[in-house]
Amino acid sequence: MSPALIRTLPWSLPLALVVVWEIACRLFEIQSFILPAPSAIVATTIEFYGAIAQHALQTLFTTVVGFAIAVGFGLLLGIALGASKPIYDAMYPMMIGFNSVPKVAIVPILVIWFGIGTIPAIITAFLISFFPIVVNVATGLATIEPELQDVLRSLGARKVQILIKVGIPRSMPYFFASLKVAITLAFVGSVMSEMVASNSGIGYLMQQAASTFNGPLLFSGLIVIAIMGVVMYEAFVWVERRFTFWATRAQDALT
Amino acid sequence: MASFDPTPAGAASFVALDKVSLRYGKGDAGTLALAETSVTIEKGEFVAVVGPSGCGKSTLLKLISGLHPATSGSVVVAGNRVTRPLPICGMAFQAATLLPWRTTLDNVLLPLEIVARHASAYRRDPAPYIAKAKQLLATVGLSGFEEKYPWQLSGGMQQRTSLCRALIHEPDLLLLDEPFGALDAFTREELWDVLQQLFLVQRPTVVLITHDLRESIYLADTVFVMSARPGRMISRTKVPFARPRTLEDTFKPDFVEMEHALRNQIAQQRRG
Repeated sequence: MSPALIRTLPWSLPLALVVVWEIACRLFEIQSFILPAPSAIVATTIEFYGAIAQHALQTLFTTVVGFAIAVGFGLLLGIALGASKPIYDAMYPMMIGFNSVPKVAIVPILVIWFGIGTIPAIITAFLISFFPIVVNVATGLATIEPELQDVLRSLGARKVQILIKVGIPRSMPYFFASLKVAITLAFVGSVMSEMVASNSGIGYLMQQAASTFNGPLLFSGLIVIAIMGVVMYEAFVWVERRFTFWATRAQDALT
Repeated sequence: MASFDPTPAGAASFVALDKVSLRYGKGDAGTLALAETSVTIEKGEFVAVVGPSGCGKSTLLKLISGLHPATSGSVVVAGNRVTRPLPICGMAFQAATLLPWRTTLDNVLLPLEIVARHASAYRRDPAPYIAKAKQLLATVGLSGFEEKYPWQLSGGMQQRTSLCRALIHEPDLLLLDEPFGALDAFTREELWDVLQQLFLVQRPTVVLITHDLRESIYLADTVFVMSARPGRMISRTKVPFARPRTLEDTFKPDFVEMEHALRNQIAQQRRG
């Protein structure tokens, strides 16, 4: 394949999928509450533009706030776990146990504590997305080459100096890689919470659409989430390239 | 060759190891890397330590630098018993161990951020230090590479940077653990000269671990030969040749003869 063609693939492939989807819907006369045609989804999206935008902004807000808390908390806990073997040994089983619990099962508890709405969505987004950040940062710190530490130790550096000069910079590629996973997970968390316990957000909108068999609106919600996810993911790809170019050795990021 | 005398006259040596042993692991199951080794090094002396591989050469350096405590015996550097790393040391290793997120210049400046007697002055006014780092880089032929990252440099250039980093804080004691071991022969010989230049300017006390006998004679005032594991010092050879030495010198008869004699000693150790 020519390079020009390969470059268009990220756009042309989804577009081709949409075309096949549209044709299939028309050809087999699939009812719109089972699988709406893309054209119907677009029409519905335009029709409910205001409501969708409002709910989408609510979801984006809860996701980003939950994610931001996860970044701060994950970074701190990851550094603590990676820098100290006793803390790591003490916390790890509990962390694994916690991460194994389906977060949707926690939402009812959050509702009892905080009521329905924004706060459970933020907390669910946070709870679901901090784990990969912690694990990655801890791994980055724990896998530092002893030789690099020796360079600083031989100069009489204290542990905290080694952490600041070598440990944290060295774990940044792991940290930024985890952000890409975490931001998409944060959307999962907030939308899930909105579906169970909210009266706003894309999750709530989809729940409403489902209860009235509004297939096109349901899919419209899905696509809006997908687009927000891709945009945020790409944003963090950019951030990653900007700050850890030395790990990928990207020459173009230097200029 | 002088007969081996582990503690020559002049008691207050700059570096003094007295019957130092080091065992990795606990009890008899551990590996005895160094057995009752005694060494003295004078201030400003350039010492090379050679020996069969696995004889504990690098262990010796870890002891002097304070990176690893001795199992028994005492290590004294500049009148102080070594219990932890001393900031009067500069170190370079076989791998350049540069920090890939820092430019060449920032890598060289790293020790100034750590070593207490420079840190506050460097923070207040970094300009003279930066000028000095640039000058040091120029000495090793790295002018114009200050803003490059280590992974944009060749192996030899990385090792030059590593040498500059080991010297920027003007250490009294320079510890080199096979710094040219991973380089090709031509680059290595070029860097011998670079190191000799740097030594002649700053005059630190140097301990160079190497398995290259030509390198040891070219660079050192004194060459120690270590026995096979568990390591101990078996000979001490003064190198009489005047500095600065040139690569030509390494092909002269008395140089070659000395290299030959050292080689025989090590061959004996490998057999024994």
